[in-house]
Amino acid sequence: MASQPTETLARQLALVIDLNVCVGCHACVTSCKQWNASGSAGPLADQNPYGAEPTGTFFNRVQTWEAGSYPDTDTIHFPKSCLHCEDPPCVPVCPTGASYKRKEDGIVLVDYDKCIGCKYCAWACPYGARELDEERQVMTKCTLCVDRIYDELLPPEDRKPACVKACPTGARLFGDVKDPESEVSQVIRERGGYALMPEWETKPANHYLPRQVTPAAVPAGAPGAAAQPAAGAGADSATSARSGGAR
Amino acid sequence: MNPAFSVISFTLLAGAAQGLVVALACAALGGVAAGRGFLLVALGLALAMLVAGLGASFLHLGRPERAWRAAAMWRTSWLSREVIVLPAFTALVALWWLLAWSGQAMPALLAVAALALAALLWLCTAQIYACLRFIQEWAHPLTLANYTLVGLGSGCVLACALAAGFGERALLAAAAPWALTLTFAAWAARTAALLRNAGLKPKSTAQSATGIRAARLVQKSMGMSAGAFNTREFFHRASALAVQRVRWALHGLGFALPAALMLGAAQTGSTHPGWWWLAVASQVPGLLAERWLFFAQARHPQNLYYQTVG
Repeated sequence: MASQPTETLARQLALVIDLNVCVGCHACVTSCKQWNASGSAGPLADQNPYGAEPTGTFFNRVQTWEAGSYPDTDTIHFPKSCLHCEDPPCVPVCPTGASYKRKEDGIVLVDYDKCIGCKYCAWACPYGARELDEERQVMTKCTLCVDRIYDELLPPEDRKPACVKACPTGARLFGDVKDPESEVSQVIRERGGYALMPEWETKPANHYLPRQVTPAAVPAGAPGAAAQPAAGAGADSATSARSGGAR
Repeated sequence: MNPAFSVISFTLLAGAAQGLVVALACAALGGVAAGRGFLLVALGLALAMLVAGLGASFLHLGRPERAWRAAAMWRTSWLSREVIVLPAFTALVALWWLLAWSGQAMPALLAVAALALAALLWLCTAQIYACLRFIQEWAHPLTLANYTLVGLGSGCVLACALAAGFGERALLAAAAPWALTLTFAAWAARTAALLRNAGLKPKSTAQSATGIRAARLVQKSMGMSAGAFNTREFFHRASALAVQRVRWALHGLGFALPAALMLGAAQTGSTHPGWWWLAVASQVPGLLAERWLFFAQARHPQNLYYQTVG
């Protein structure tokens, strides 16, 4: 079922997240929430927001990880949202057809009017990218701001996902990963962009650019100069070994 | 996973109803006579269990008023297939009940159709879980064996309890050995699944989930301090001791005590319904524990992203 090969699309919009420059400011989280709570995907409910146990629905989270052992540790901020897989396991399991992948641009969406809230698609997503809106009782997820990127009322430079526009360090790139000349395809090639959980062969469209140690930032003789942080070194060698499989 | 009572009760109720109907259909095909009163009560109970199970599965939905849409994607979704097969099976049992009520014999073709639909329903229910390849505890043929054998065993025990109560000696004599055999088979399959689960090594790691290839990789923050769907739906939050007690209930009440009672009835040659109803009473909490553990033991890879509030 889920392992059936799917047709390859000519166009696949996606995000590329540069872990080298993400500073973990959560601006992408709040701008995503703002846009999607007030746009056509809304209201994206929070429940009990000022109570003892608040709970909310978000399309995007920024997590923080620590790699390596002291003193060679690296703090890595890790934004996570729907990866718009090329072979999305969440789509074929949906009993109503509410979950679907658009042929024209590869965006994975939920038709909120068809969703029965059975949560099966969330079980079928290994990344935990889907969140049930507890108020509307339908499944929600990142839309790649589909109601924004094609809006001709917006200036062309604003026709990007809200998270991309909000990022102060330019850690989020947006484009067509099937176009070899696009900015996202180029950085995936040049920087060793990789996919998450490649073991499940979901072929995520979103890619991540690994941490890399900038030589000028490590003065000679400093503790970090001899032994590079484990995360950076490990990430580079891992992606060079896996880049053939990823794309 | 966080076991949902709606799904636990649906799979147990429907499974036992399927097993009960299978026992009755096999008896009909095998020429074992059964009285009209017994058939009406047994089929009526199976119908009630199926309808209650259907009701429980409705309660699982966020938008039950749209449930009719769930039959649409039968080409790709096992859940959609189940949504089609369950009403079909229920309708067939209702038809059989009407035939019994009007005093007509069950045509052999209908009995065969009941067997086929029951098997198909077990396949659909089990595959809903077994097709999720990254939930390694479920993605195995033992899931299908578990759902089928637990349903057959519990349904057959229920058939024997009813047969003993109605004094259907021929049916009881024919079904009792099957009830015992199927209970042992279900116990063996469940034990095999538990042993397999204990030895599973998760394919996904923090490293593969993030692509950060450091030997030591620790989550410092999941990115929120408040709760979310992801922190509730996929974590059962029960202590190791509680899970251990559930495992004891699974083995003891789900299989060992019912099997001992059936052996007791066989040894003493007793046809008293008490033996069988005690077995059923033991199975209710025992199999609830069994199904709870089925869901609780499933480790979803998404949990790697939600380890630390920070």
